Amino acid sequence: MDAEPYLNRDFPETHIDTPLRRRAIAALVLLLGVLISQGCGGEYPQSALHPSSDSAEILDRLFDQIFWWAVGVFVVVAGMLIYVFVRFRERPGDARPKQVHGHLLLEVGWTLAPALILVAIAIPTIRAIFIIDRSTPDPEALVVEVIGKQWWWEFRYPELGIVTANEAHVPLGRTVDLRLRSADVMHSFWIPRLAGKRDLVPGIENQLWFRPDSVGVFHGQCAEFCGTAHALMGMRVIVDEPDDFERWARANAAPALTPGDAEARAGQGVFMANACVSCHAVRGTQAMGQFGPDLTHFGSRLTIASGVLENTPADLARWLDSTQHVKPGNLMPEVELSDAQVRQLVAYLGSLR
Amino acid sequence: MAMTDAHSTGIGSWLTTVDHKRIAIMYFVVGFAFLLIAGVEGQLIRLQLAAPERSFLDPDLYNQLFTMHGTTMVFFAGMPLVVAFFNFVVPLQIGARDVAFPRLNAFSFWVFLFGGLFLYASVPLRVMPDGGWFAYMPLTNAEYSPGPGIDFYVLSLLISGVGSIAGGLNFLVTILNMRAPGMTFMRMPLFTWMALIVSALILLAFPPFTVGLIFMLFDRRFGTHFFDAAAGADPVLWQHLFWVFGHPEVYILILPAFGIVSDVIPTFSRKILFGYPVVVFSGVLIAFLGFGVWVHHMFSVGLGPVVNAVFGGATMLIAIPTGIKIFNWIATMWGGRLRFRTAMLFAVGLVATFTIGGLSGVMHSSPPADLQQTDTYFVVAHFHYVLIGGTVFGLFCGFYYWFPKATGRMLHEGLGKAHFWLSFIALNVTFFPMHFSGLLGMPRRTYTYAEGLGLDVFNLISTAGAFIFTLSFVPLVWNLWRAWRRGEAAGHNPWDASTLEWTMASPPPHYNFAEIPAVDRRDPLWHPYIEPESRREGDEPGGVVPRQQPEEPPEPVVMPNPSYWPLVLAVGMLLMTIGGLGSLGLTLFGLLVTAVGLFAWAFEPPFGGGVH
Amino acid sequence: MEGPTSTGIPNRKLAMWSFIGSECMLFGTLIATYMIYRGRNLVPPYPHDLLNIPFITVTTFVLLMSSLMMVLALAAVQRNDLRATKLWLGMTALFGLIFLGGQYYEFNHFVHEGLPLSRNLFSSTFFVLTGTHGAHVAGGVIWLSTLLVRAVQGKLDARHAETVEIAGLYWHFVDVVWIILFTLIYLLV
Repeated sequence: MDAEPYLNRDFPETHIDTPLRRRAIAALVLLLGVLISQGCGGEYPQSALHPSSDSAEILDRLFDQIFWWAVGVFVVVAGMLIYVFVRFRERPGDARPKQVHGHLLLEVGWTLAPALILVAIAIPTIRAIFIIDRSTPDPEALVVEVIGKQWWWEFRYPELGIVTANEAHVPLGRTVDLRLRSADVMHSFWIPRLAGKRDLVPGIENQLWFRPDSVGVFHGQCAEFCGTAHALMGMRVIVDEPDDFERWARANAAPALTPGDAEARAGQGVFMANACVSCHAVRGTQAMGQFGPDLTHFGSRLTIASGVLENTPADLARWLDSTQHVKPGNLMPEVELSDAQVRQLVAYLGSLR
Repeated sequence: MAMTDAHSTGIGSWLTTVDHKRIAIMYFVVGFAFLLIAGVEGQLIRLQLAAPERSFLDPDLYNQLFTMHGTTMVFFAGMPLVVAFFNFVVPLQIGARDVAFPRLNAFSFWVFLFGGLFLYASVPLRVMPDGGWFAYMPLTNAEYSPGPGIDFYVLSLLISGVGSIAGGLNFLVTILNMRAPGMTFMRMPLFTWMALIVSALILLAFPPFTVGLIFMLFDRRFGTHFFDAAAGADPVLWQHLFWVFGHPEVYILILPAFGIVSDVIPTFSRKILFGYPVVVFSGVLIAFLGFGVWVHHMFSVGLGPVVNAVFGGATMLIAIPTGIKIFNWIATMWGGRLRFRTAMLFAVGLVATFTIGGLSGVMHSSPPADLQQTDTYFVVAHFHYVLIGGTVFGLFCGFYYWFPKATGRMLHEGLGKAHFWLSFIALNVTFFPMHFSGLLGMPRRTYTYAEGLGLDVFNLISTAGAFIFTLSFVPLVWNLWRAWRRGEAAGHNPWDASTLEWTMASPPPHYNFAEIPAVDRRDPLWHPYIEPESRREGDEPGGVVPRQQPEEPPEPVVMPNPSYWPLVLAVGMLLMTIGGLGSLGLTLFGLLVTAVGLFAWAFEPPFGGGVH
Repeated sequence: MEGPTSTGIPNRKLAMWSFIGSECMLFGTLIATYMIYRGRNLVPPYPHDLLNIPFITVTTFVLLMSSLMMVLALAAVQRNDLRATKLWLGMTALFGLIFLGGQYYEFNHFVHEGLPLSRNLFSSTFFVLTGTHGAHVAGGVIWLSTLLVRAVQGKLDARHAETVEIAGLYWHFVDVVWIILFTLIYLLV
């Protein structure tokens, strides 16, 4: 039987007309432009591209290097592709092309070229690994213990006798040496502008360090999936001028203030008489619960519930009223409280500065 | 149990079939259904994330959805679609009448199907697993995930893993042992080569995962301590076991796509593959290196600078064979006569988009850089470029390429091209912005994100892209319907391709080759056009004999008998799996059914029932 | 029927070799886990409190001997000596059973001495590793018994030598795995 008819058989094809294709590509390019311009301006409190510490700076510089190599390779490959598409499209009447089995030199070339680029990437990479993945050499570093819990962060300053939650203050210009542990499942500590991620692994103490180079409030959140409220396990690191940090540390090392006004005193009564005390500690009172965040200086924090709400009386009342609605799945039970009791509690907690 | 498989089309014939082409169709249909289901799950995820602080999905449901999306896409859409192509194409490409173990092949399909159905039984019961497809311990331990959800995950992957290993075994033996005379290794089409490599990968990569799943099952149900830090264990062990499997799994999904493209690009360039041996060995090298890079999923765990440096370096090495493949594809097209049929569009679409995914992969092969990228949307962007731009485009490429062979009908080019352009645009609109949302601080697996982080625009664009994705399936389905109603007849070799599967009628007769072909070179159907590297005396008339398969077999063909026992065996294993949720009695009954199936299978004559 | 294969190795034999390759990864992972966790146990009893090396040495010897019986069975079936085939197949299966009996006794003893499966890290790794191996031995015993029944029925002769050989491949593999386990668990305690 003769196979020839099948060899050169062509089927009618319907082209999408070229203008449409061009428009699609133009739209893509435009989109890319919008995205890139978006990525470079504006406020990005949690961005890995806006480093504010030595450690984050190292990562960002390394990323930049690799990024430009990648862009270069892409331009070359895309350029070749486009050239090939235009130049070698079949035209009516074309004869069969010359068959080529291969080319040793070319093969060697495109093996060596990527290898060289990879060497160029590997050298700064390895240099950075042996800085970043080691403990900080700075003996003056401020040690902060971080304990990840479903779904909030505990910060302990062993040298300063401070225990706090979800917000860590650190001084400008001093290396911070974090000791990371988990109380339950895997978490990952991530404040992009200050440092890369480091996981919190049950049974293991991990380390992470950075020296902040500008004052401000830096956002972060848990980066390892840890259950229902993983998305709402936020935190802040507040970099203070050294003097401000001293003041904050002195205040936070002290036991809780006794509330002055009557409403707050009533709130303290409510706090002590309810389930609150079984989980929360307020140093200087009989509240010594360890399961939930330490509230000794709650009033001085910026946020509630690991960054879900602003720390305002209205939001605090909302939180006390419907914790499960504000942060679904969190482990604080909804305690039956009257409106008055909520008001009193808000006054009390607000007074813990 | 002898019945004639070939001409019967009733339900019974499908339940008992051992014909690789029919099994391929079943794999394809079920895999495609799971692809659509998991696609809907992805669409729901994007709806929730369209704007900050939406409450379209509650967190638990969201966590269940992303777990199901990932698990389904990898195990119940990606893998079966890959195996569908193995099934249909490999025996035809090597000149065989079926696979080495036809009943084992049917069994693989049934356990895969039951694994998927079992996983989805958790949906109406409202106990979907919610630990992510990676199911990190100890979150997935009974203490933190007390419901049966994770058990559905563990058990469904255990049972479908049995099918995967059986399939790997089958195709390994088939390709090594069932090649037609003259079909030496270095004459095999690239897709068959990649199928061979992937079969070996499956055999070697699945057992560690199986062991990990058994540990997890025992920790959850029998109180063992494999991942219990309090008992002295290291929960990170799970991550090692998972990724020792999980990374080769990525190559299990991508190498077949590379194989498809390596067959399609030459066909539509009318030019043989440039650097055939280099393309083959770069595939071998990728698979080999794939076992030595798993820690790059764990750079943030804190394994120390030496470990991270070694695994980072090994990961970078993979870029070299991958780059070689891309350059060889381009060199194949260089100087060719490119015909941009739909299959070719998907092939070159793969080359372009996989390059983007590969390059972002190089970015996080550097461990320090990865500390800012891992577990963020940057990584989500990366692996969707690889898995959609690579695997899915490759599979669609193969779909448009071999559909005429499988059905005897042509697909409509205009609809096919609409499908390509829509999915190409959708891929980029959905996933390109995720590079930005990731670098700007959006972690993965979060059901919501705060306002004021600058993430809103990127997420909105991604969600819009997801809608385009959904839309892209319209021309595909329309095209299928049209082909079914009034598709043009395909003939033997509609694309003027060069390999053995195009020597026979479309669809192929159930015995594939009326006469087993004799092959004397690569790309045998292009013989008149290609100067062989070393032409020997007596090569004429070469290529393949017969050049076109005769209508009727000149001699009687003995085909494998259809059999119920693979199905019975699979049902037995399904019963054991269901019993694994907490019924010892059902497990034992399942064991009994399995044993009955096994013995009946062993003593049933595999061949000789029907002679054609 | 099966024609000649491309490699010259019969399909089923090649499949068994490939399967053994896969099984190496399975046992490799189990063994690696056991070794990584060796010495990390925090809760008594500890391995040296319980492991009875002389006893297991005996059952190990029995299992080793069963491999010899297997070789004899294969030789017998290849020369179509059906009486010897039945004898050696039966002995192989019997020795396998004795080994399993020893394992049953050992497990039982451990549980009575306060080491149930869920006791500690040692119990978890020990039972799952040796239990997986035991399940493989049990599967082998059933396979060999089936061949024995076929032989008794007169349905096994030299034409089925390949089947016996493949069962033998499996059986030797399972024995070799035990030698490794015996060394790592008992001798290195």
